[in-house]
Amino acid sequence: MVRSLDLGRYNQARTGSRTKERRLNWRSTAAALLFLVPLTQTGPALGAGDQTGAQLFARNCSACHGSDGMGGVGVPLALPAFINSVDDAFLRATIRHGRPGRVMPSFAALGGKQIDSIIAYMRTWTGKHPPAYPRKHIRGSVAHGEKLFASHCAKCHGDHGQGGHGTGVTFSRPRNLPILAPALNNAGFLAAATDAMIKHTLVLGRSGTPMISFRKAGLSDEDIDDLVAFVRSMQKSADAMHRPDPSKEPPMIVRESGSGLEQTVQALKDALADANMKLIRVQYLEQGLLDPGKEDKKQVIVYSCAFGFLDDALKVDPRVGLFLPCRVTVVQEKGRVVMMAVNPKRLSALFNNNELDQLCDRMYKKYVTMMEDASF
Amino acid sequence: MKRSLLMLVLVIAASFALPTQAAGPAHGLLMIRVKQSFPEAMSVLQESIADEGYTLIRVQRVDVGLTKSGYKTAEYRIVFFGKADEVHRLSKKYPDLIPFLPLKLAIFAEGNDSIVVGANPRVLEDFYPDKRLRPQFRKWERDFHKILDRVQYGN
Repeated sequence: MVRSLDLGRYNQARTGSRTKERRLNWRSTAAALLFLVPLTQTGPALGAGDQTGAQLFARNCSACHGSDGMGGVGVPLALPAFINSVDDAFLRATIRHGRPGRVMPSFAALGGKQIDSIIAYMRTWTGKHPPAYPRKHIRGSVAHGEKLFASHCAKCHGDHGQGGHGTGVTFSRPRNLPILAPALNNAGFLAAATDAMIKHTLVLGRSGTPMISFRKAGLSDEDIDDLVAFVRSMQKSADAMHRPDPSKEPPMIVRESGSGLEQTVQALKDALADANMKLIRVQYLEQGLLDPGKEDKKQVIVYSCAFGFLDDALKVDPRVGLFLPCRVTVVQEKGRVVMMAVNPKRLSALFNNNELDQLCDRMYKKYVTMMEDASF
Repeated sequence: MKRSLLMLVLVIAASFALPTQAAGPAHGLLMIRVKQSFPEAMSVLQESIADEGYTLIRVQRVDVGLTKSGYKTAEYRIVFFGKADEVHRLSKKYPDLIPFLPLKLAIFAEGNDSIVVGANPRVLEDFYPDKRLRPQFRKWERDFHKILDRVQYGN
């Protein structure tokens, strides 16, 4: 990740001073170009330093938030009620830190100028200047705020402020709300939002979303301060939240079978039926790559799917295609028959999604049960 | 003259090595959004895969399975692809790599747009520490970038 930043600085340095650039002789330029090759081949796919905010947004944000910022896998950012009510510091911290466990990754590799360019571009959506919020803490009764939260906020934001289910407003799945309620007990949110910004949101609400004005709903200024104090008190639970370390998980689930290859494949088919999985297909690994009959018959893939489970997973994150369909490979090698499957718990780490982690844990158990059932 | 020629070669080499930057935001996930309807994006994706020298093995119609089972979904397909020699060689020498073969990309409709997403093959470096496999994973990563770039930008 640092490499991309270095490249950005390198580019800025190159374009920053023509006088200095002229001083570079052909050898140093050649050396720089040679240096460029490994950097660019291995660097992450983030924009270079001289790109415009629109380009950087298109490259880094639009896949989730939509080309026009109106949402998709990620929440809509171009809603005037949102973009006009958040300051640059909030957006900067959000891009920098992301939302741990809530799909939004941290863009640690983007430089400060790049982030500012993205924010400047986002401001063009409405042309309004950002608000200026004081950074001081708002005092209030956490206990009273907790009661108010339970009665006014928990329905959308969750009992513990954990946020709505699934991803933003994905248009690929049926959805109940026009926007995902943000997680308030999230370390990324609490680091980015000032008390004043939270209060502003509570006072005015967010037009175009289910977030109403709590002042219009009858809450007093003091009540709203208490709510802010309660939201801020979630910092302790946010700090305590730790995602499991996926690097400790093996990338694969492997079980040795006590039977021959054909018997193991049949036992696997029986096991997946017992697990309410639908058999999709049984094929050789090389099928479709080699002429029929020339494939290695000792490498067999059993594809299956639990469509109810899949529907749940797609609601949580519509990008889970890389898990699909479920598959167990049966390989006969040197007299041993081995079953192998990818470990969903390890792959789930790619998605930065706590809800998906839980589903992948269930999927892991399903795989293990099926493979152990088929191993006798 | 020699210097100019060397410079030209270096510039060309560097330009080929520039990142395609088709990839989206999330770490090990490569993801793009294209302003194309699902059928158009699917068609370009398949062409792009073939242009990189891969054989299109199969398209898994996830949406059809979901719909038949009573669930609502937009178009959702998994595209499997590979190179016969690579799959044969790797599966023989590294059988524990088989669960990740062949390669695949998911494509789904997102409103009027389409999204293509896949795991960056480079994450396999963490799974398989054998350094002899690195060039293969990095080659796949570059190919994925080229495929996604072509789908997104048409180049």
